[in-house]
Amino acid sequence: MNSLTASKDDEITEEELGSMVATAAKIRGRIIQLSHQAKTPHLGSSLSFVELLVYLYWNFLKIRPETAKDPARDRFVLSKGHGITTLYAVLAERGFFSPKFFEDYAQTGSPLPEHPSPLCVPGIEAATGSLGHGLSISVGIALASKMNSIPYNVVSILSDGECNEGSTWEAALLAPAHKLDNLIAIVDFNKWQATGRSTEITAIEPLEKKFDAFGWNNMRIDGHDFHQIKSALTSAKKSEKPFAIIADTVKGKGVKFMEDDNNWHYRIPTKEEVDSSFIELGLESL
Amino acid sequence: MRNAFADEITQIAKSDPSVVLLSGDIGNRLFDKYKASNYERFLNCGVAEANMVTMASGLALSGMKPVAYTIASFLIYRAFEQIRIDISYHDAAVLLVGVGSGLSYASNGATHHTLEDIALMRSLPNMQVICAGDPHEVRAATKAFFNEPKPTYLRIGKKGEAPVHEKSLDDFEVGKCICFKHGQSVALLATGNLLPNCSSVSDELDKRGISSSLYSFHTVKPLDNECLKEIFAQHDYVVTIEEHSKLGGFGSAVAEWLTSQTDPKAKLLKIGTPDQFLLYTGNQEDARKIYGLNKAGLLKQIIDFISLA
Repeated sequence: MNSLTASKDDEITEEELGSMVATAAKIRGRIIQLSHQAKTPHLGSSLSFVELLVYLYWNFLKIRPETAKDPARDRFVLSKGHGITTLYAVLAERGFFSPKFFEDYAQTGSPLPEHPSPLCVPGIEAATGSLGHGLSISVGIALASKMNSIPYNVVSILSDGECNEGSTWEAALLAPAHKLDNLIAIVDFNKWQATGRSTEITAIEPLEKKFDAFGWNNMRIDGHDFHQIKSALTSAKKSEKPFAIIADTVKGKGVKFMEDDNNWHYRIPTKEEVDSSFIELGLESL
Repeated sequence: MRNAFADEITQIAKSDPSVVLLSGDIGNRLFDKYKASNYERFLNCGVAEANMVTMASGLALSGMKPVAYTIASFLIYRAFEQIRIDISYHDAAVLLVGVGSGLSYASNGATHHTLEDIALMRSLPNMQVICAGDPHEVRAATKAFFNEPKPTYLRIGKKGEAPVHEKSLDDFEVGKCICFKHGQSVALLATGNLLPNCSSVSDELDKRGISSSLYSFHTVKPLDNECLKEIFAQHDYVVTIEEHSKLGGFGSAVAEWLTSQTDPKAKLLKIGTPDQFLLYTGNQEDARKIYGLNKAGLLKQIIDFISLA
């Protein structure tokens, strides 16, 4: 069996946990604010992988602003490019670019488009937005590590809707054949895609068993639980095969009136809704 | 042409460890020599063109020089969105090699015909489009990519095409056409695998008292506008010849350029395939005959054009 369950590798100090929870709340506030100010959709999709990205960028990935072009840096590819505000918010918080860039997010002349363009800001490895590309490009980047003998990890976050795309499974078939132990695919399994339940539109379940059958080590976790995220990524790092993390998540996570409501795939929050979200997130301002 | 490509890439990879050859489950035995000296840099990506193209982009963005090689129709049509986004949009220096282009695989049916690929590929920003006319051009274009890596589509034939150039093309330049001979009346502008036929046709025209020039426009994008200007000033007739649809290909590129010219002397004839699928069963020579792309067919179209003009 290649399917693993969360283990004792998940210990996180109270202090670390508190810090990550606070950061996640701040990132959520930023995401909600950006959607409101620029009237851009995909808010629910952006909120479901905040904990995953916070853990990755503060505790796992070897990427820093000053080494953003270092050939030995770890790579992160946001395959679900429609969730880009989460990545923008995390990159700014980590110092890759100034939060001032958010003032005209997605507006005329902004360096931050609604879907990232190539190299639009430091830290963006690939221009995504069309689904089904991220895992393939990550396979290529992971292969280059092996060929160049420059060790680094490549992590890609995919949406569950993206698992509809055939190219995702072409990449999934190839990666184990080349023993890409430096490749980690995380599926943000929030159970919705644009127009319906992802579990009803295709026979996506049991998703971890699909990766299992394709030759990936894998673990299914609660994608909002930092302990389980840590456990999965620790296992992934030790894995001798490509590793899939099936992260059960909630679309719109963090704001009760958005949670598991697919209207927030497209809906734009009003000023009042932003304010009430901030209260729920314990934020006074950004 | 494919043997020339296999040999050239094998030579280049010997001295450049960043070369990676990706194949879409074709080239059985063709790349044996490459694999013998460069096994770790050969990836059979299986029958999965979309993934192959995007992977190639990932490799290029990480310091490698990838070549994605498979049958032209599957490479371009199946993976077009991947080519557009992951190679063209990212400006990722990948060499896409489409083998068996045009009507090379005529007998396999229209699934294997590639008569719209130039139109698609030349519409993409950042993309160079090179249609090799003979094995020497295949070698030279392959070398040119590694000298200056940029997103490039190299459209080649199959195997056994006779060379038209007498020797290797040491001064080959992407975007610069090659003149074989200068005549006064009609200029034949060939791109890709019809070059050998055009060479014979040019000789035949001369025999019939119609003085002809012959050029290989191996690069459709960027187009050699400078040379076109001279050609249109120096001849009465210009004929573009390609094994590709008359819609959107090399002839269309020349016609588009021509609209920017105020008073061109020469009249333009575009020779290519019509706006329809070929449903007839036959080999490449049969298919060319049907479409008037064999020597007799080309000659007739050109002479008719001149006599009616």
